[in-house]
Amino acid sequence: MDILRKKLRSYWSLIKSLQTTLLLITGLAGFMSSRCPWLNLSTTLAVAGSLFLAISGSTILNMWYDRDIDAKMKRTCKRPLITGKISPREVLILGIALSVLGVGWALSMDLLYGTLVFAGLFFDVLIYTIWLKRRTAWSIVWGGLAGGMPVLAGRALGVGTIDWVGIMLAMAVLFWIPTHILTFSLRYRADYEQAGIPTFPSTYGAKTTRRVIAISSVLASISMALGSLGVGMTIGYMRLIIVLSAGLLMLAAGTFMRPSDRLNFGLFKYASLYMLSIMLLLAAEAF
Amino acid sequence: MKKVSTLDRILLILTALLAAHQVVIGIDGLSSIAVMSFTVAFGVLLLACLLLVIFGFEILDSSLVLIVSTIIPVSLSLGLVAEHLPNITRGYLVFSICGVVAVATTRYIAPRRIATLVLIVVHGVAGLIIFSSPIILSLRSEMPVGYALVGVGGALMGLGGLLLAFLKTGRPILPRETILSSLPILLFFTASLFTAGFLFV
Repeated sequence: MDILRKKLRSYWSLIKSLQTTLLLITGLAGFMSSRCPWLNLSTTLAVAGSLFLAISGSTILNMWYDRDIDAKMKRTCKRPLITGKISPREVLILGIALSVLGVGWALSMDLLYGTLVFAGLFFDVLIYTIWLKRRTAWSIVWGGLAGGMPVLAGRALGVGTIDWVGIMLAMAVLFWIPTHILTFSLRYRADYEQAGIPTFPSTYGAKTTRRVIAISSVLASISMALGSLGVGMTIGYMRLIIVLSAGLLMLAAGTFMRPSDRLNFGLFKYASLYMLSIMLLLAAEAF
Repeated sequence: MKKVSTLDRILLILTALLAAHQVVIGIDGLSSIAVMSFTVAFGVLLLACLLLVIFGFEILDSSLVLIVSTIIPVSLSLGLVAEHLPNITRGYLVFSICGVVAVATTRYIAPRRIATLVLIVVHGVAGLIIFSSPIILSLRSEMPVGYALVGVGGALMGLGGLLLAFLKTGRPILPRETILSSLPILLFFTASLFTAGFLFV
């Protein structure tokens, strides 16, 4: 029993639970924003289950492929795969199994939904992690595209098609991802350099990177506001979205004018909170 | 500098949630100027709480704090004026805008004594409106008794605003640590009283 518990704990650390939960919430919010009968509990649970499996599978495969990089970085060198608590083969099998289960479940629910879930996995594992991450700093665009897929898939399942609202919500996540990844690449710049990963700070410098973070935050906020308008949120919720967006814009402006690590990390935390809050509001509106 | 404790964090997040509640549904049905003013007031309160959670009390060193601690009472009082004293709304709107601009500018371009005087006048007028108007309206039975809670919340907020404002002008009324320790509690009770009071609107 104790061994099983330890094993599960190690597996749990492979899926980057916070990131996976946030992406899962975006998918559920996208689905609920369609105002289809979201209270259809079996479908809602199926969306949650299929997305959880697919996102977790993709994250695990990402971790499996990047194990050589992770071993060179202080931030990641204590992950269970690196310390030998779990073998690479075991991780690979787990990643493939979860991915196949997640995508298969999604495809069995709806072809379009399943295709979009697969696209997210494809962009994340093959295009971002395997092909581009070690070649160009611009790989984050593909990472962003992959991150936008859960919300687009959820929305598409609800409305039966890819509409402009879904695209706006996906773009909001796409623009939020650089805030996340670039902040980490600034904070752990030496780590990334040691591992030989091209990042924005190493390619274009810290100042430009901070400006890119600020601009992408502004674009995320605009996309989110447009998406929320398209969803038809009530005036009260729109007021709150304007307030939260104003906070994001203010921090982005501060980062742009007086760039500093502290402000940058604050913007990153706020942007994560912003994304979570807006997605919860989109879901809450369905009630 | 005092660190933000877990209890501080919980109180600040609860305050932010109460402010968010006010922005979303707490001010429905009011006049448009009142809705805008209350949205600004509760919105700034919400953002202030989130920023305190993210950056800690160090953010109070920012020069923007003085403006923020002025915007909240001024916009709240403007909302109350727009709702209950529509005849003087336009005049009070002008006073509010000039007041915030004056507080923001005198700190940089005027002698300290004048900056402090401007601060006292603007905070004093706004605080008096927030504190007295709901209580008077309740006493005159023009509003339900529970609406007086907004006035009590106003008194607490005025206290917090003054403590912060004087801290920023370099003449703190209480020791800095005491102000920082009491700020999350003060903000939470202020937001709770406002939320409770507005339920009677």
